[in-house]
Amino acid sequence: MVENRPWLTFFSHAVLIAGVVAVAFPLYITFVASTLTLEDIVKVPMPLVPGPHFWENYSQVLTAGSERGAAAPVGRMMFNSLVMALVIAFGKIAISIIASFAIVYFRFPLRNFFFWMIFITLMLPVEVRIIPTFKVASDLGILNSYVGLTLPLIASATATFLFRQFFMTVPDELAEAARVDGASPMRFFVDVLLPLSKTSIAALFVIQFIYGWNQYLWPLLITTDESMYTAVIGIKRMITGGDALTEWHLVMATAILALLPPALVVVLMQKWFVKGLVETEK
Amino acid sequence: MAAVSLKDVRKSYTSDLQVIHGVSMEIKDGEFIVILGPSGCGKSTLLRMVAGLETITGGEIVIGGRVVNNLEPKDRDIAMVFQNYALYPHMSVYDNMAYGLRIRGLAKVEIDTRVQKAAEILELKKFLGRKPREMSGGQRQRVAMGRAIVREPQVFLFDEPLSNLDAKLRVQMRGELQALHRRLGTTSLFVTHDQVEAMTLAQRMIVMNAGRAEQIGAPLEVYARPATTFVAGFIGSPPMNLIPKEGRLLGIRPEHLEPCAESEAMLTVAVDLIEPLGADTIVYGHITGDPDGKPDGDGSSARVAARLPANAVAQAGKLALRYDPANVHWYDPQSGKRIEQ
Repeated sequence: MVENRPWLTFFSHAVLIAGVVAVAFPLYITFVASTLTLEDIVKVPMPLVPGPHFWENYSQVLTAGSERGAAAPVGRMMFNSLVMALVIAFGKIAISIIASFAIVYFRFPLRNFFFWMIFITLMLPVEVRIIPTFKVASDLGILNSYVGLTLPLIASATATFLFRQFFMTVPDELAEAARVDGASPMRFFVDVLLPLSKTSIAALFVIQFIYGWNQYLWPLLITTDESMYTAVIGIKRMITGGDALTEWHLVMATAILALLPPALVVVLMQKWFVKGLVETEK
Repeated sequence: MAAVSLKDVRKSYTSDLQVIHGVSMEIKDGEFIVILGPSGCGKSTLLRMVAGLETITGGEIVIGGRVVNNLEPKDRDIAMVFQNYALYPHMSVYDNMAYGLRIRGLAKVEIDTRVQKAAEILELKKFLGRKPREMSGGQRQRVAMGRAIVREPQVFLFDEPLSNLDAKLRVQMRGELQALHRRLGTTSLFVTHDQVEAMTLAQRMIVMNAGRAEQIGAPLEVYARPATTFVAGFIGSPPMNLIPKEGRLLGIRPEHLEPCAESEAMLTVAVDLIEPLGADTIVYGHITGDPDGKPDGDGSSARVAARLPANAVAQAGKLALRYDPANVHWYDPQSGKRIEQ
């Protein structure tokens, strides 16, 4: 809409700026706190300009962790988080794209039954099945391991459903043309479907990477060894209880570090992400 | 190139849902056959059965002396052109054409020669690097044909390839298709619901209705001697007039009716619609009664179209028409079959 109404312009800008401030201010406070010493933070009021301890705090958490809480270096935790987020994102995409390919393009007995089985699990978040899942993971002996961190979270009804919907919009004639051209089903999948799904894959990657990175409850349950902590769990473990005991400057530095990778993924893949969600041309 | 024969080909989805009720036809090597029929008559299904995209419930399809009933499409040595082109959207024109050849494991040089040759024939040389979405409908259609040509198959199958094009382009592509067939001489099966396409392209055509072949023959022969009332009513624009008379149906083409003096009228029509088309004028109306003045019970409401010369004075009201008895066809109203004189 192109309209020339000064008050409307003023009003919409005011709303937008208020929104940005509401979202950005806590982040700013987090950053400021991560550059101060503990004494400065607990002072009232807390200073609102960054302090001089940026390098000190960040290098300490990255290499040595906190002194009173978790002692594992955050660098290690970030690596764990990265492994978890990447394996979950790629694992989910790989499994669900193949599952949807089977559901959409092959006729086999109980096809709809399987689809509905997958679809119904959509309604069950991790939290609902967390106790049985934990029992299974523990019996398999995969606690405190990357397998344990990722495998139980890899099956994804959401992604399967999304790919199914996408495949159903691909004209049938394309599959038929490939058949006449002599392509085997897997060849059609690799040569035609995968390239067409590029943008959907990118969008799902962004969503699933953030999902994996932000996992809290599951890693909290199954990681007891500090070397297997993820960044999110690291933050939790650093907060030892009691305001005075917690090293807030280190917690805040860790929080900022934990926030960077997902933010980077969103910023770098934004173009693809939007394309994947809106593109219709085939 | 190869002959194709359909022997009592049947298709049913369930025991009581049969869509093709036994079609038989011998297609000679190099022939251009058009399968014509209204929507839902099973024409596309029949073509897809030849292609191997639909299973065959009964009968036999033979391509080049080989029964292909249970062969995969890729083993049937056919190439197909789809209505919506079905080009791979992420591949360039060149790759679209080369894809099938690469799968077959042809040498790079051979692929290149064939693609370049097809591009030459179809005037696509400039576009080889483009993506399908950067091309117009007519160009995409050509790419789809190119993809079929490079395969050098025994049979071309066309599934309404021109129906997504605008009227002008359709006429142009029709001409190109004809030229292409003359040049390559490949046996072709072409499905359409457009009778003009059928009349102009076909060497022989199959007119289909409700899963049955109503008539098989050369276009002009089908036009001149429709085998059933369905064919009579489907081919020709406007279609043949069918007038109940003496317990039979009298068929007369609109162009075989001519205006005359009232005294020698064989039909009198109450005109209710006039369509001047420039070259001629089409007049529609109801029969008012028998020429001898006696009211004709069942014939009184039959609708009649007449194609009159452009200079004929057409106006609403009564119009006296006559025809040459030699141009009359007779049909049995129950079976719809032609009654030979």
